[in-house]
Amino acid sequence: MAQVLVLVEHTDGAVKKVTLELLTMAKAVGEPAAVFVGSGVDAAADKLAEYGAETIYVADAAELNDFVVAPVAEVLAKLVAEQSPAAVLVAATANGKEILGRLAIKTNSGVLTDATGLSGDGGAVVAEQSIFGGATIVHSKVTTGTPLIAVLPNATPPVAAAAAGNRVAVSVELSAAAKAAKITDRVVEEKGERPELTEAAIVVSGGRGVGSAENMGVVERLADSLGAAVGASRAVVDAGWYPHQSQVGQTGKTVSPQLYIACGISGAIQHRAGMQTSKTIVAVNKDREAPIFDLADYGVVGDLHKVLPQATEEILKRKG
Amino acid sequence: MNIVVCVKQVPDTWAEKKLDPASQTLDRSGDNILNEMDEFAIEAALQLTEAHGGTVTVLSMGPASATDAIRKALSMGADSAVHVQDDALAGSDAPGTSLALAKAVQRIEGFDLVIAGCESSDSRTSVVPAMLAERLELPQLTFVNKIDVDGSALQVRRMTDDGYQVVAASLPAVVSVVEKMNEPRYPSFKGIMAAKKKPVDVLSVADLGLDAGSIGSAGAWTAVADAANRPPRSAGTVVEDDGNGGIALVDFLATGKFV
Repeated sequence: MAQVLVLVEHTDGAVKKVTLELLTMAKAVGEPAAVFVGSGVDAAADKLAEYGAETIYVADAAELNDFVVAPVAEVLAKLVAEQSPAAVLVAATANGKEILGRLAIKTNSGVLTDATGLSGDGGAVVAEQSIFGGATIVHSKVTTGTPLIAVLPNATPPVAAAAAGNRVAVSVELSAAAKAAKITDRVVEEKGERPELTEAAIVVSGGRGVGSAENMGVVERLADSLGAAVGASRAVVDAGWYPHQSQVGQTGKTVSPQLYIACGISGAIQHRAGMQTSKTIVAVNKDREAPIFDLADYGVVGDLHKVLPQATEEILKRKG
Repeated sequence: MNIVVCVKQVPDTWAEKKLDPASQTLDRSGDNILNEMDEFAIEAALQLTEAHGGTVTVLSMGPASATDAIRKALSMGADSAVHVQDDALAGSDAPGTSLALAKAVQRIEGFDLVIAGCESSDSRTSVVPAMLAERLELPQLTFVNKIDVDGSALQVRRMTDDGYQVVAASLPAVVSVVEKMNEPRYPSFKGIMAAKKKPVDVLSVADLGLDAGSIGSAGAWTAVADAANRPPRSAGTVVEDDGNGGIALVDFLATGKFV
């Protein structure tokens, strides 16, 4: 069975959940093989094997992290040439998609982005894609080269399936072109203990109805009671009430969590484009006519300044 | 410095988007606008040439109607435009689009910088700037919200999920910008009048030295098997807050085992 290469998303060896989801999906179309770029593989290897990686390709050279995107594309291009995999999977993040963009040109291979599912069709890999912000579902194939597929986080629950996890070192001689854009500094902005927006299983978002920057606190407290990430509508970000990294929507991030709670968000098309693939949608809004209620599995018509604190208190009480 | 700004005409972001059932490509028959993210790229280019001198050339690939988006960019202050327009381009995927754009960029003499929006609101793949950098063998500085140029040295702030990176390269280079880069200017009346006289160079696939089989639907590296609109979500339960709305909400969350 041909390998399916899964690019590992990690921070110094702490593997992100989306990688376990990708390993799980890879099994549908071939033999999962993890590609680990950077340092910290000792911390990551057990987890990768636990979730199905028969092989772990390790490219660990300090300079791989010093440049934007291109070195990872070169590592993957080398593996594609050597292993002729059935597909290459990455997380559909900005970084992941750009890596695939470069890899596509290097290997003359088609790219499918924002996949929400994978299946095999007589040897070909079929990706289910969610386009127009989730309004349309298409099934697509790569017709040239190796299928390169960026998969949305939360597309499938990770399922443990122990595998060998044999480590194979990959040596890479970076080209001059890959070293053209050098990262000279990295700044991590303080965001506390909350999960990352695009990875979180639960997202609680605030919109114009929240009313002020201070009032985002009621949204944050509900999010914290659920272990959720905090999102914001464009109106909130444009007003300067919340940082732009939190923006969900057409000009912001796409989220696809198990549960999305929209607070004081009317649900304009631009916002819906960023969240309508969420599995369960809950809305709290004063305006019964707000379009968000057309999407919501459960809606409360009311003042979020009363509903949210009451819900937060009730959740904390039930958690004991 | 001479800057090429890649812009795209897209369906109005406030309209529902759908596929044309016959071609399974985006139905562009409704209102079309200049891709919003590209306005930040135009503004960035104008500010750079205002500070350092030089020219701004708008580059767009699209049907005849894309002229409207090009004119808007010119009315904001860009100097000239290149419009890659050919029926053979219809149905191009990202590799095909980046091929045509790369060939067009290579015809623009003495360019120092290519700037694009970090995604189009219609296809949202975000891969074209990276593909363009790969094809042109230029440094790639993407998702930036700050650009500093000093001679031939370029330094940008690249946004990441958890903060930002400072990235350095030398010109020429490919840059993509995020919103929050700047505040795009509105075209003035004078700008709108001046735009009508600015040169727009229309190039065909043959002008670019490309074979029709390498672009458009014929040259696409992916194919759609089937497409369907997501079934509308069945309307759920909506309750009025009677003073216990928060508790009712938690009861619902408990049924989904979220609490």
